[in-house]
Amino acid sequence: MQTSASSNLWTRLIAGERGTQVFLALLLTVGVAVPILHLAFPEGSSLHLSTYTVTLIGKYMTYALLAIAVDLVWGYCGILSLGHAAFFALGGYAMGMYLMRQIGTRGVYGDLVLPDFMVFLNWKELPWFWYGFDMFWFAAVMVVIVPGLLALAFGWLAFRSRVTGVYLSIITQALTYALMLAFFRNDMGFGGNNGLTDFKEIVGADINASGTRVALFLASALALALGYLACRYITLSRAGRVVQAIRDAESRTRFIGYRVESYKLWVFAFSAVLAGIAGALYVPQVGIINPSEFQPINSIEVVIWVAVGGRGTLYGAVAGAVLVNYAKTYFTAALPELWLYALGTMFVIVTLFLPRGVVGLADRLTPRQRVEQAVTA
Amino acid sequence: MNASTSLRNGWQKVFGAGAKSERPPPGDTSHGTILYLEDISVSFDGFKALNALTLYIDAGELRCIIGPNGAGKTTMMDVITGKTRPDAGSAWFGQNTDLLTLTEPQIAEAGIGRKFQKPTVFEQHTVMENLELAVAGNKAIWSTLASPLDSRQRTHIEEVLETVCLQDRRDMRAGMLSHGQKQWLEIGMLLAQQPQLLLVDEPVAGMTPQEVERTAELLLSLAGKHSVMVVEHDMDFVRSIARKVTVLHEGHVLAEGSIDEVQNDPRVVEVYLGE
Repeated sequence: MQTSASSNLWTRLIAGERGTQVFLALLLTVGVAVPILHLAFPEGSSLHLSTYTVTLIGKYMTYALLAIAVDLVWGYCGILSLGHAAFFALGGYAMGMYLMRQIGTRGVYGDLVLPDFMVFLNWKELPWFWYGFDMFWFAAVMVVIVPGLLALAFGWLAFRSRVTGVYLSIITQALTYALMLAFFRNDMGFGGNNGLTDFKEIVGADINASGTRVALFLASALALALGYLACRYITLSRAGRVVQAIRDAESRTRFIGYRVESYKLWVFAFSAVLAGIAGALYVPQVGIINPSEFQPINSIEVVIWVAVGGRGTLYGAVAGAVLVNYAKTYFTAALPELWLYALGTMFVIVTLFLPRGVVGLADRLTPRQRVEQAVTA
Repeated sequence: MNASTSLRNGWQKVFGAGAKSERPPPGDTSHGTILYLEDISVSFDGFKALNALTLYIDAGELRCIIGPNGAGKTTMMDVITGKTRPDAGSAWFGQNTDLLTLTEPQIAEAGIGRKFQKPTVFEQHTVMENLELAVAGNKAIWSTLASPLDSRQRTHIEEVLETVCLQDRRDMRAGMLSHGQKQWLEIGMLLAQQPQLLLVDEPVAGMTPQEVERTAELLLSLAGKHSVMVVEHDMDFVRSIARKVTVLHEGHVLAEGSIDEVQNDPRVVEVYLGE
């Protein structure tokens, strides 16, 4: 009985959707191949993958998780959040605070307790909100709780007042902008302009070692897979259909007896938690977190990834995050001054010609889909 | 209302906490009346949409509401369903439920369903999913997230599909249905909610004569089990279904009675000819 129920769930989540199958198969392939190519082949071998590449792919995976989070609120629930990078950055800061406290006496000033920037500011004591961050489990809990609580508080105020559409988008921008200004201040106690950096180790392992990089890469892949399946479960449940009904006809959904605000709030908070986890995995891989992560443009970029990939599909968000970021990596190296123009052009083209994004285009080009369309047309 | 209760209400509304205990009871119809509207007034920027409207609907009754444009028909439905709060008056569902203290979803849960003038089904969802969204049951997020429909709900959906003749369209996206079928689907969604009182706004607008006939049969078959309030312009249709007709004019009741009484009432004739 138990096994049939769980296999049933498995079938529901995986079977019946080509995109999900392709995505999970690719993720598994990358998750297995990248560590092998990095660890099993010596440097100089043509099959060797550098630490830089492993970290780059790991970083893309955390972006993909952030994109899924945005797709859940935007593509399924119709809440265009232009502030999701704030939740990502908060998760990143929680992890960064743990990493700072792991530095200990290896910092420039060699203070056992105080991070370098506090010594530099002539602080004598650790501020209360840094307590507990010397323990990994505490930081891990904060990664979930801080973005989650902020989203609950923000969502409670916004959804209860029935703030929707473009107004909601604007106040989410204001939220991330306000946080950016706050974190820029040295007095806040988060390292001001420079943020948190110069990390040494994570759970006792050297943060720059090959093995640690592979472990972080695998953790990102696992988080992406689990986050994806969780979102897929939500969107396939009855609650998922309610959420989509809210997107399509909010007041109608209210009239058939659903507490629309409550649904929006929980979806928003869950999405913020996913974004926070993504941020926490991002920081140890890139080695720094600073207030520029709160920049309004970052949140807008995430929305562009989702639009380019194709919203309301989840795997489209992943495709968009990887494609746009690969393009960004390429452009900012080859033609740095053209990157923003390229991003803008991409967004305009997708909006005008590919309303369902690149995955929508891929669907249209597969023969199976064409037959279906001919039948329904 | 003091600050702490208003905060708690806001909390419940948004977080869905305590959803069970705050569910309003169904309308108590032991006195034979399901809806009491008394001295209801609503004004928008000085325009009196409803002017001391008093109206009672009996349990199991099929009532038609007619009246020229601007008579206040839609505003009245808005008041009953909690969309508009009146400036004065009282609205009771049965003897025990004060509608003016409830939110829209609470009123829906208490047992009042509404069909809008323009068919508003969820176009991206299939016919089946539309009914599934509407079906009576626990609509809190934890329930819809964790559990599929139970067998009683599924049986009920099958019955509704049959009642509105959409069995062979069950997996079709609602957006692909014809206009008449959308209207029926919406009536089906109402039935799936198992309401005691159905508010039906212009059900036959834009329907073919055959569809109008089927809709009349459908509404007649519902009366008795449910109380039905129909707002309609089409006098032939009203004649074919109505036992009792209420004429609204300038926000209050002008006349009430059988269709023949009403049509011969000089005041009604004046209102309609004067238009």
